[in-house]
Amino acid sequence: MLRRDRWRLGIVAIVVLAALFSVFPIQGRINLGLDLKGGAHIVLQAKDTEDSKVTEDSIERLLAVLRNRVDQYGVAEPVIQREGNDRIIVDLPGIQDPDAALELIGKTALLEFRQVSAATSPIPPAAERKNYGSDAEFERAQTRWNEAVAQIEVQKSDLERQAASVEGGVVAKTDEGRYYLLGKVLVGGKDLVDARTQYDNLGRAVVALTFSSEGAKLFDAATAENIGRQIAIVLDGVVISAPVVQERITGGNAQISGRFTAAEASRLSIMLRAGALPVAVDVIENRSVGPSLGEDSINSGIRAGLLGASLVFLFMLLYYRLLGVAADAALAVAILLVFAGLISLKATLTLPGIAGIVLTIGMAVDGNVLIYERMKEELRAGKTPLAAIDAGFKKALVTIFDANITTLIAAAVLFYFGSGPVRGFAVTLSIGIVSSVFCNVLVTRSLLQYFMGGRATSSLAHRS
Amino acid sequence: MKIMFIDFMKHRRAALLVSLVCVVLSLGLVFTKGLNLGIDFTGGNVVQVEFAQGVSVAEVRDVLASVGQGNSVIQSYSDVGVIIRISANEDEARKVVVDALRAKYPEMKTVRLEKVGPVVGAELRKEAFVALFLALAGILAYITVRFQFRFAVVSVLALMHDAIITLGIFSLTGMEISSPFIAAILTIVGYSLNDTIVVLDRVRENWKTLRGNGMLGLLNNSINEVLSRTINTSLTTLLPVIALFLWGGPVLRSFSFALLVGVMVGTYSSIYIASSVLAEWWIKAPQKA
Repeated sequence: MLRRDRWRLGIVAIVVLAALFSVFPIQGRINLGLDLKGGAHIVLQAKDTEDSKVTEDSIERLLAVLRNRVDQYGVAEPVIQREGNDRIIVDLPGIQDPDAALELIGKTALLEFRQVSAATSPIPPAAERKNYGSDAEFERAQTRWNEAVAQIEVQKSDLERQAASVEGGVVAKTDEGRYYLLGKVLVGGKDLVDARTQYDNLGRAVVALTFSSEGAKLFDAATAENIGRQIAIVLDGVVISAPVVQERITGGNAQISGRFTAAEASRLSIMLRAGALPVAVDVIENRSVGPSLGEDSINSGIRAGLLGASLVFLFMLLYYRLLGVAADAALAVAILLVFAGLISLKATLTLPGIAGIVLTIGMAVDGNVLIYERMKEELRAGKTPLAAIDAGFKKALVTIFDANITTLIAAAVLFYFGSGPVRGFAVTLSIGIVSSVFCNVLVTRSLLQYFMGGRATSSLAHRS
Repeated sequence: MKIMFIDFMKHRRAALLVSLVCVVLSLGLVFTKGLNLGIDFTGGNVVQVEFAQGVSVAEVRDVLASVGQGNSVIQSYSDVGVIIRISANEDEARKVVVDALRAKYPEMKTVRLEKVGPVVGAELRKEAFVALFLALAGILAYITVRFQFRFAVVSVLALMHDAIITLGIFSLTGMEISSPFIAAILTIVGYSLNDTIVVLDRVRENWKTLRGNGMLGLLNNSINEVLSRTINTSLTTLLPVIALFLWGGPVLRSFSFALLVGVMVGTYSSIYIASSVLAEWWIKAPQKA
C-alpha cells in the first residue's frame, strides 16, 4: 500500500470504532417517536372567547396548567411545548387510553356554583323496544317521548326569554338534556384549594372539594341564602348536578356527586386541583398509537430492512464479485453510521424514518456502482488496474457529489416543512446520504487498496 | 463484456409522445377522478382497531350503520385489523363508533386513533405545494450553477414528469395519500435526479465531441456509456423499496408504492426524457458548441 493512502485507512478505522462504540449495545439508545413506542400526540389551539382573549400571558398560564394536569395524571416524560403564537403540542408517551388523556387536556375545567332560578322538566328515559309488547305500542311510546322532548324545547325558549331579567342569567344544559336557568355565580373554581376523589356510603365516586377561607365564606353565605332551593354545580357550562341545599354548610367542604365512574371522578379532581385553563382550547390534531401497533411497526420495519439489505448485498456480490465484497463492506459500515448518527444527534426515529433507513440501503451502493463502472471504462481505455482505480474514484467522485447534493436539497426542504414522523424521514435520509458518500469515498477505496495484492485487480480485469 | 449500443435518439419523438400522453392522462385523472386524500390533508377522524378473531368489513359496516356512520371508509389488513375513516369530524362520532364496536366485540383493541382538524389539513396542503416548489427551485439553481441552465430546465421537466405520473397512478389506483406521501414525492424528485445527473454529467464530459458527432450522437454515446450504471443504481434502490412495499406493514404501504412507481418512472425519464428534450431544444435553437 502506498504511504499517502495510510491516512484514509486510519480515518475509516477511527470512525468505525467510534460508531461501534456509540451504537452497541443498541437497547434504549435510540429515541423512538410516538408512532413507534406508542403514545398520544395532541395539538391544542387556544381561541378567543368573550370572557378571555389569547394573550402572551394566558398562553404561559395555559402551559403551566397543562403541565400541572399532566404531572398529576402521571405520565413518564411528557413533552408540553408551545408552537407558534397560539398552539400547544402535548406529547404523552405510553398512554393507554387516549380518550381519557384528551378529556384531561382539552377540558377547560371551569367550575362554578350558581343559583338555580328555573328548570325545564327532566327528559324522560327513551323508549326501548324490549319493554313493549308490540311494535305499535313501541311506536306510540316513541311518539310520546318525542312530544316530551319537543315540550322541553318549548320550555327552554321560555327560560331563554326569562334569562334577561335574572342577574347573570344563562341557560345551561345537563348531559341528559334538561335545561336550567342559572343565576349569578356564587362560588368559583378559583376559590378551591383542593379536590379529591372519595367514595360515598353507597360506594359511588364523588369529588370532595375544599375551599379557601375566602371560598368557605362565600359558600357559607350561599348555602345560608338558598336553603330549600337548588344550587347548580356547573363545569365548563354544563350542569353536573343541581342538589337542593338542605342546610347551611360552613367549614368550606363540599362534595360533587354526579354519575361518575371512579376514573372520571379522579380526572375531574385532577383538573380542579390544577385549575381551569385560562383560555378555551380546541383539539386540532390528535394522533394516538397503542404500544402494540408501535411494536408491530418496528418489527415490520426491521423485517423489510433486513430483506432489502440482503437483496442488495446479494446483487452486488453476484454482479461485481470481489468488488462487490468491498461494496457490501462499505454498505455495512454505512448502515452502522446511520445508527451512530441517529444516536449521537439524539434524533427521533419514526416509522417513516425507518423507511428512510431502508431506502438508504439501496442508495448507499449507488456510489459504488458509479465508481466500479467508471473503473471498467478506464480499464477498457487501456489503463493499468491501479491507475483505473485512481481514475475511477477521481472521476466518479464529482458525479457522486452532484447526485447526492440534490437529494440532500430535497431532504432539507422536507425537514423544514415536514412535521413529526415525516421530519424523521428527512433526518434518516440526510444522515444516510452523508454516511453513504463517506463510505463510497473512503471505505471502498481503502478496502480496494488493501486488496490490491492482486485478486481485486484480476477480478476487475475479469469483469471487464 | 459485449458492449451494446442502442440508438435512443432515433425514437426520441415516440418516447416524448408516450410521456406527453401519460402526463396528460395523469393530469386528466387528477383533475377529474381526483386523489384519495387522507385525513392529514382533509381533516377527519381515523380509528384503527384489532379484533381477537377475524371480522369482515361487512360486519364492521353493519355495526357502524346501526349508529349512523355506515358511510365511513373501512379498510381491513392482516385478517384481524380494520382501519375506519369516520366521515364526521367530531370526537363524539369516533367514540360512538368505538363504543358500538366494543359492545359487539368486547375483545377489541383500539390500536391507533387520529384526528386532524380541517385547519391543520389546509395548512398541510399549502405547505406541501410550497415544499415541492422550493425543492424544484433549489435543484434548478444547483444544476444551473454546476452544469448549465438548459440542463437544469430539462432535469426539472423530467422531475415534474415523474411526480405527475406518480400522482396519476395514485389517482388511478385510488390509493390513499397521507403526509408521508409528500416525503415520497420529494424523495423521488431528489433521487430521480441522481440518474439524470449521471447522464448529464457524461454529456458534459463528452461535450468536446459535439462538433464531430453532432448533438444526437453526443447524447446517444453518453446515454449508452452510462446505461449500465443507471440501471444498476435504480435496481439496487428498487430492491429495498420492494421489500418495504411487501413487508413494511400497512402504514408504509402507500409511501413505498409511491417510491416504487417514482423510481421506475424516474429511471426511464432520466435516460430518455431529459436527453430527448435537450435534443429537441438543441435542434430548435443550437448553442455555441
